[in-house]
Amino acid sequence: MIYKTIKGFLLSVFALAIIIPCSIVIMGAFKTDLKIISEPLALPESWNFDNFKRLVDSGSVYTPAKNSLIVAFFSVFITLFLASLAAFAIARLITVTGKVLFVLFSVGLAIPGQVNIIPIYLLFVDLGLTNSLTGLVLVNIALTLPISIFIMSAFFRDLPKEMFEVAGIDGAGPWRVYRSIALPLSRPAIGATGIFLFVICWNDLLYPLMLITREDKKTLPLTLIDFRGEYLTEYSMIFTAIVVASLPMIIMYIAFQRSFIAGLTQGAVKG
Amino acid sequence: MALPAFAIYAVLYLYPALSNLLWATRRWDGNPESEPEAVGFRNFTYMFTNDDVFIQSLGNNFRFMILVVIFQTGFSLLFATYLTKNTRTTIFLRTLYFFPTILSSVSVGLIWLALYDPNYGFINASLNALGFESLALNWLGDSRYALYALAVTQVWFHTGQMMVIYVAGLQQIPQELYEAAQVDGASKWQQFKHVTWPMALPTTAVVVAYTTIQTFRAFDLVYTMTNGGPLNSTEILVTLIYRNAFFGYQYGYAAAQTVVLVVVVLSLTWLQRRTLRLDYGAK
Repeated sequence: MIYKTIKGFLLSVFALAIIIPCSIVIMGAFKTDLKIISEPLALPESWNFDNFKRLVDSGSVYTPAKNSLIVAFFSVFITLFLASLAAFAIARLITVTGKVLFVLFSVGLAIPGQVNIIPIYLLFVDLGLTNSLTGLVLVNIALTLPISIFIMSAFFRDLPKEMFEVAGIDGAGPWRVYRSIALPLSRPAIGATGIFLFVICWNDLLYPLMLITREDKKTLPLTLIDFRGEYLTEYSMIFTAIVVASLPMIIMYIAFQRSFIAGLTQGAVKG
Repeated sequence: MALPAFAIYAVLYLYPALSNLLWATRRWDGNPESEPEAVGFRNFTYMFTNDDVFIQSLGNNFRFMILVVIFQTGFSLLFATYLTKNTRTTIFLRTLYFFPTILSSVSVGLIWLALYDPNYGFINASLNALGFESLALNWLGDSRYALYALAVTQVWFHTGQMMVIYVAGLQQIPQELYEAAQVDGASKWQQFKHVTWPMALPTTAVVVAYTTIQTFRAFDLVYTMTNGGPLNSTEILVTLIYRNAFFGYQYGYAAAQTVVLVVVVLSLTWLQRRTLRLDYGAK
């Protein structure tokens, strides 16, 4: 009895600890600053989109949202393609090279990506890749390749050997096996990895902060940081911006809950 | 087939990581007119003997890590034991607890900045309304509390993620062990102590290692909420490195500090793994 009461109490406390801040923010996006402070938990008087209109009219949302989308899309797509190829080669074409490559990629798992901020910055200045979305995409690919290859090669290794052997006997080359057998079978793994990569690229602050200074190249996290200084305690604007920046993630989370949790758990080290 | 991936990885990961070692032995202010100067190990001796802010940041980072590891691991294990079974309620709660993980560190930082606001924030407003005026502190603005306030946010942010890892681990424990323990009349606490805890040790090793790494990578959150202040009380290694490189223009010195960061993280994770594995072997 006591056990059940304590259990219920603790579970509710943590549930409220998540629900309360999130509802303050979501409802705050539909309220005035005054109401946010005086009645943070009250429902908004009307669900009007005034704050959203003001945010869009300020002209500081469309460009960063577009940039974030471009960077995240290309980073995820290219990383998934390169990582699945590499993971397939490492897991299925087991040779000495495969093993050596795996060890080299594992080095990248052990070293935190933030070690590279200074050499990457200096290298990108030399190559003229600062203030460029291509530069951000390249950084994202390099940083997420090791973990993606690690996750996917574990998956490829668990697929039944026989399928690959039969295909080989039937005369399918490695490309054919990759395209027609490995890829279709690994859709869940690729989906989970893709979601996890998308979250990382969408949310990253450190590298954009370092590499991007031009307004027209800024991504959403950078704009949010600017908002902190610009609007200070004008919480209606800040909360609206948080809702806008998080909306794609929230929609995806509701739609693909399972893959989301699987992906973000496998990648916890980098997230 | 692994070649394209390896080429990018070699140029943009391995090569920078190696050249970082070289930068760590240099002094350079980033001015293209001046040449980087080779200084051997002087960057390292300087940071450990003359740089109070570095020592303080290292200490802050350790305190932050210990706080977050203890509370995040404790809470995530507790909730995972409550929510191991798959029912509609447990799945709902797990989904809810996991939710903060999908938000960006910047969003989480801004949300908690608003909650901690000393005048208008929800936390102090509630404390005042409940009559605990003396507890309504300036959470992020006071160097005595700011690091703890950040630790609370970090735990809020990632407990759900670690709980999911624990749930996966706890679901592997054979149900018969609990049934046998119940037959022997073991209480819930005894079941936890003698079945759950020893069986979950490998998972604990993973959770502790992930959490440790996260506390050394918490750049985004710290940058958003306090930017290292007040009085360097929340400066951790990554934020200090960022400041030294991009505001202090000490590229060589900052590179040397990233080397220390890597050594610290690698030795900590190695040490934890060893301890937890030894513990596991002994039982």
